[in-house]
Amino acid sequence: MDLIFEGIKKAFWLLVTFDPEVFRITFLSLQVSGTATLVSLLIGVSTGTAIALSQFPGKRFMVSLVNTGMGLPPVVVGLFVTIFLWRNGPLGFLGILYTPTAMILAQAVIATPIVMGITLAAIQQLPKKLRLQILALGATRLQMVWILMKEAKLPLLAAVMAGFGGVISEVGASIMVGGNIKGYSRVLTTATVMETSRGNFEIAIALGIILLLLAFSINFIITQIQQRERTR
Amino acid sequence: MMSDSTTILEARNIRVERGGTVLLNIPSLSIEEGEILALIGPNGAGKTTFLQTLSYLLKPFRGEIFFGGEKVETHVSVLEYRRKLAMVFQYPLLFDTTVFNNVASGLRIRGMKKKEIDDRVMENLKRFGIPHLSHRSAKTLSGGEAQRASLARAFAIQPEILLLDEPFASLDPPTRDSLIEDLERILSQTRTTAIFATHDRLEALNLSDRVAVMNNGMIQQIGSPEEVMNHPIDEFVASFVGVETILTGKVIRKHGGTFVASISGKEIEAVGEVYLDETVILCIRPENVTLSTQPRPEATSARNVFVGRILKIAPLGPYQKVHLDCGFPLVAYVTRHSVEELSLIEGNEVGASFKATGITVIRK
Repeated sequence: MDLIFEGIKKAFWLLVTFDPEVFRITFLSLQVSGTATLVSLLIGVSTGTAIALSQFPGKRFMVSLVNTGMGLPPVVVGLFVTIFLWRNGPLGFLGILYTPTAMILAQAVIATPIVMGITLAAIQQLPKKLRLQILALGATRLQMVWILMKEAKLPLLAAVMAGFGGVISEVGASIMVGGNIKGYSRVLTTATVMETSRGNFEIAIALGIILLLLAFSINFIITQIQQRERTR
Repeated sequence: MMSDSTTILEARNIRVERGGTVLLNIPSLSIEEGEILALIGPNGAGKTTFLQTLSYLLKPFRGEIFFGGEKVETHVSVLEYRRKLAMVFQYPLLFDTTVFNNVASGLRIRGMKKKEIDDRVMENLKRFGIPHLSHRSAKTLSGGEAQRASLARAFAIQPEILLLDEPFASLDPPTRDSLIEDLERILSQTRTTAIFATHDRLEALNLSDRVAVMNNGMIQQIGSPEEVMNHPIDEFVASFVGVETILTGKVIRKHGGTFVASISGKEIEAVGEVYLDETVILCIRPENVTLSTQPRPEATSARNVFVGRILKIAPLGPYQKVHLDCGFPLVAYVTRHSVEELSLIEGNEVGASFKATGITVIRK
C-alpha cells in the first residue's frame, strides 16, 4: 500500500514541477501519435468514404477486411513494420528503423483501419436517398462527398478519437520499431514499461497518470458526442 | 389550357432495365412550360423510377431527354441540366443543421453570394410560412414543418422544373391538406413547371393540369383530369381512378345512341357507339349508384334498376361502401345517414339504380 501511496506522491511532484524528462516523453507521444492519426485520417477517411459510396464486386469482402483491421494487434504490426524497415528489408533503404518516423509509420498502420472502418460505417448509415437529394440540389460529385462528410461529422469525429486513442496507448509496435531510445524515441507507453521493469514506480505512475488523463479526455469527448447523437 | 405553350422538357424512348426486367418504358412525353403533370399509379408502377430518370439520378438508362429543345449530355451537361431542376422526396431528407442552412444549401452549392442567399432563403421561408423556424435545428422539426423546409429548399433555387416524389405521403391528413393548399398557391404564383408522383388520385386531380396513369413502367393513359376520370381507356385506369364496378358484357341490342349489354344474364343499358355482339366493358362509379328501400323502385328516371343482396358494408371515410350482388357485383357509396335511414343490413335486399349516361363504356 505504501508503495502505491509514495509512488503517487512522487508522481504528482514530477508532474507539478514540470519534470523535463516526463514532459519530453509526453510531448513526443503527442507528436508521434498525433501525426500518425493525421496520416490515418487522410488515408482512412478518403478510402473509407470511397468504399462506402462505390459498388464493386468483392465490396463485402473488402469491408470485412477493414473491420478485421480495426483490431490489428500492435505487436503484429510492429513485427511486420520492423521486417519491412530492416536493413535488407524492402524499405530498408529508408534507414528509419528505431526512429520516431518508424513509430509514426507503425501507428498509422494501426490507426488507419480504425478510422477507415468507422468512416465506412458512418457514411453507409446515412440514408441512401440523401445522396440523391444532394445531387438533385445540383451538387457535383465532390460537393456531394463533402456534404455527406459534414452529415457524418459526429461519427467522423469519433473516428479521429478512436484512432488517436488506439495509438497513444499502444506499446508493442512503438517499442519494436522505435527502440525506446532515451530522449529520442521514448514515449509514454514504452517509458512506463521500462520504468516499471526497473522498479522506478514513481516515474511509471506519473507517466501512467498522464496516459490515463489523455485516455480519459478522449473517452469523455467521444461519450459527449455519442450522447448528443442519441438525444437528437 | 395553354395557347402559347412551349415544350420545356421532352423525353424520348426512355427505357430502364434491371436484370432483364423492364422497369420503365416511356416512348415519348413532353411537358409544357408552367404545366403541372401528375403521375399516378400503384406502388411499383414506375413513378419514382421515371422521376429519377428524368433528373439523371438513376443511371444507366436508354433514351434521350431534351431540355428546352437541347439534348442533355450533348448540348447541355448533366450538371447544368440538373441545376435547372429541383426534387422533393417523400421524406424531407434535411441536413443536420439549421433550417436556414438547409434552405440555403442549393444556393451555396451554386456558389451564390451571401447577401443574395440571405434574401432568397428568407423569401422562401416566408412563402412556406416558416420564417420563425429559421434558426431551429432541422432535427427538431415536425413532419409537416420538415416537408415545408424541404419544399422551401427546392423553391429557393428557383427551379425551372420541380419534381415531387410523393411529397405528402408520409404526412397526416390535416397537415397534408394545408401543405397541398400552400403548394398549389405557390406553384401558380411562381408559374413553376412541376411533375409530381402520387398514389392518391384526389391529390392528383386537385393539383394537376394533366394526369398520367402509370402501371408496369408504362403510361397507360395521359390527359386532363376530367378526361382520365370520366373516360378511362382500360380497366386498370378505370379501377385506379375510382371506378369500383367494372363489368364485361356483350352488346345484344342497340337503338340510336344507346345500347343494351348482357352481363351474366342481366341487361344493362348504356350510351355509346358500339357494334352488335361486340364485347364491351362497363365502368360504374360507386357515387353514381343510388340505393332505395323499395325492392322494385318504379318511379325513377334511371334506366337500370336492379334488386341486389347486400354482401358487405364497410366504412370509407365519411361514406359507407356497400357491396351488392345483383346477379353481377355492384358497389355503391352511401352516407352513414342513408345506411340508417334505409336500414341497410348485410344479407338483406335493396333496390339499386344507375343512369345509362353514368356508365363509362370501354370498347375492347
